[in-house]
Amino acid sequence: MQQVNQLNSTQQHIFSHLTQAPPDQIFGIMNAYKADTSDNKIDLGVGAYRTDEEKPYVFDVVKKIEQEIINDNTLNKEYLPIEGLPDFNKGCQMLLFGKDNPLIESGRIVTAQCLGGTGALRVGFDFVKRHLAGDVYVSNPTWSNHNQILDRTGLNQVNYPYYDPNTKGFNCSATLDCLSQAKQGSIVLLHVCAHNPTGVDPTETEWLQIADVCKARNLIPFFDCAYQGFASGCIEKDAFAVRKFAELGFQMIVAYSFSKNMGLYNERVGALHIVTPNKEISAIVLSNLKIVIRTLYSCPPAIGGRIASRILCNEKYFKEWIEELNTVTGRIIRMRTLLKNELDKLNVQGNWDHITRQTGFFTFTGLTPEQCDKLTQEHHIYLLRSGRMSMAGITSKNVSQLAEAIKIVVQNECDILLNN
Amino acid sequence: MQKLQLLQNQYNPTSDDIFYHIVQAPPDPIFGIANAYKADTSSTKIDLGVGAYRTDEEKPYVFEIIKKLEKEIVNDPTLNKEYLPIEGLADFNKGCQKLMFGQNSPLIASGQIVTAQCLGGTGALRVGFEFVKRHIPGDVYVSKPTWSNHNQVIERAGLNQFEYPYFEPKTKGFNCAGTIECLSQARMGSIVLLHVCAHNPTGVDPTENEWLQIADVCKKRRLVPFFDCAYQGFASGCIEKDVFAVRKFAELGFQMIVAQSFSKNMGLYNERVGAVHIVTSNKDISARVLSNLKIVIRTICSNPPAIGARIAAKILTDEKNFNAWVEELKTVTGRIIKMRTLLKQELDNLKVPGNWDHITRQTGFFTFTGLTPEQCDLLTKQYHVYLLRSGRMSMAGITSKNVRYLAESIKAVVQKK
Repeated sequence: MQQVNQLNSTQQHIFSHLTQAPPDQIFGIMNAYKADTSDNKIDLGVGAYRTDEEKPYVFDVVKKIEQEIINDNTLNKEYLPIEGLPDFNKGCQMLLFGKDNPLIESGRIVTAQCLGGTGALRVGFDFVKRHLAGDVYVSNPTWSNHNQILDRTGLNQVNYPYYDPNTKGFNCSATLDCLSQAKQGSIVLLHVCAHNPTGVDPTETEWLQIADVCKARNLIPFFDCAYQGFASGCIEKDAFAVRKFAELGFQMIVAYSFSKNMGLYNERVGALHIVTPNKEISAIVLSNLKIVIRTLYSCPPAIGGRIASRILCNEKYFKEWIEELNTVTGRIIRMRTLLKNELDKLNVQGNWDHITRQTGFFTFTGLTPEQCDKLTQEHHIYLLRSGRMSMAGITSKNVSQLAEAIKIVVQNECDILLNN
Repeated sequence: MQKLQLLQNQYNPTSDDIFYHIVQAPPDPIFGIANAYKADTSSTKIDLGVGAYRTDEEKPYVFEIIKKLEKEIVNDPTLNKEYLPIEGLADFNKGCQKLMFGQNSPLIASGQIVTAQCLGGTGALRVGFEFVKRHIPGDVYVSKPTWSNHNQVIERAGLNQFEYPYFEPKTKGFNCAGTIECLSQARMGSIVLLHVCAHNPTGVDPTENEWLQIADVCKKRRLVPFFDCAYQGFASGCIEKDVFAVRKFAELGFQMIVAQSFSKNMGLYNERVGAVHIVTSNKDISARVLSNLKIVIRTICSNPPAIGARIAAKILTDEKNFNAWVEELKTVTGRIIKMRTLLKQELDNLKVPGNWDHITRQTGFFTFTGLTPEQCDLLTKQYHVYLLRSGRMSMAGITSKNVRYLAESIKAVVQKK
């Protein structure tokens, strides 16, 4: 057995020792859904938005801008700077930190265009590994790819107990307790809003408490922002934590994604921000950040950055984008209400308040892995075994079916318990 | 003073200024020169730095076929922005395999080639080396000299590197004996980074016979070939001939890795289009390799960008588009070859001291001129000619209008004492 897994460089088959790696949790479910031939299947797996007709959605303003770009003869295919388009980077700073944030003028934010949220996280953590080191505190639970990325960048990770299954809410005191024992200089990975997978966010007061413990222990906040606009429906409100920490003087890192809020998923558009004490240090940080990027993929892809840049830097397009975003986020919020109503109507066992209390793309339903398996195998409803359900996949047409299926799998459990 | 220096280089987790200890990193040698050229206000400036193609009017060039396909794609209502698979577009990957290994390569049918769409050549290299580090770690043998980013990528992937003496300054050619000797002493299972054609920066490639010798020593020492292919089409002007090395090694039964870039030969530079291929012994192993490769990719970027691969796929899988592309590519590579001839003629006309045969003997984008760093500095500072201090000159930046001035400038710096 050992021989199979150990590299033997004198062997003829140099890859024979490799063992099959497990499929990506989320993409795996997507593939299973695709392969399912049932008419009634429902996709609540991957966090990609669907319209009420269960179709993928490309923003109209994005389509319009794409046409502009295609017909713009002043543009070519020359390499972008390593750190990406300057307009895009400036626009990202304004969107996240606030248009008039003094940090922007003072040159204290180092920004680089990255490959979606994952790309920003990887660049950020490679930078941390090289220049800051330290343990990384990660919420329990968190997006599954966080743990993998940290593992591949060679950083140690420690869990902080984020989610309280009893309240189906944020476990503030346990989180603070855990972080207050972290080694100085540790990094804390925080979700800016619409926490993935739980949908549960700290309140403003709780954010201040987190900031306090970070100051007390010299912890470095590393924010992941993939859902600005999806939590409260308001982009300014959703960025509260980042803006507050910036105001409190933190040096920190933020990974940002436009995959969801501009629907630019496959163009891989994101940004990494590093907030420093002054512009001299910013210059030094940037010079090193560029090497991290240069050795991963040299420079970012142009089209996505160009589209996003036109939205962020043009008032008319920006307004159009906000309108469309409101429609998208509004539909998700409406589906939460609809599902809760259906569950109440059917008198489904249990407390389902969290469906409407949680925010963003996902709900942590509280369903067990076995209940999730039943939902999938017996009802063709695809979600993560953690109980994470993507609300963006619910429609006015499938919500009753979904509620009925949930009733059945939850009921079975109760019946089994009662009969034992 | 010493204590301060210690603080500057050492991370102090209790310090208020968490970035204080970080020191300024040097600018990228290639992007750095591009920036210096941009900032130069001289009207006679010539950009022979970065390896991006320029027309005879010194303009960047977007392939006509690309412009046409882009419009098709943007106007195609059946396409959307949903995430691509982790390993990229299936059509694109298949097309890359055919272009690299040959349309009818039995390796394709047998499922022995694992392919993933990557972010240009750099992306393919990094994914390949991360895979190596994780699953078949060993020392990496790199040509001396090589593309500057190779050394950095390998270092960041956490691998050890050794140099094999590739370039022979006396002949300005490939040092076959030196290379073979070095590789014959490599530890078994080491990886050898080989440029498929149009070696960057030297422009000097092994002959077919010399490739067979390299294959021999790789077999003997069980070395793993890792090919970098960024210039298919630019060496001989023929896309099949240019990948002789990969196809020969594949035929000889090697398990190996290939990084493939479409930045130059499709002019898709900023859309970041490339692929990594891993050739295994059979399709069962391929499945296991792919499952692990996907985690490497998932943790770097999740999945690749769509537009570039969509364009490339339409070229690679449609005969009409493919032919149109090959024609345009011939125009591009033809112009570079013409510039080599022109420059050599000008240098001969001006009776510039030295032997300049290598200008036309070397192939691809670059020429290793043989100019010293000091001569290069002079060329830049006094004559506003931008090239790498290694003497690497991008021939794609030469035009019928600037070639004489270039030759005169070279004459001036070579003659200066």
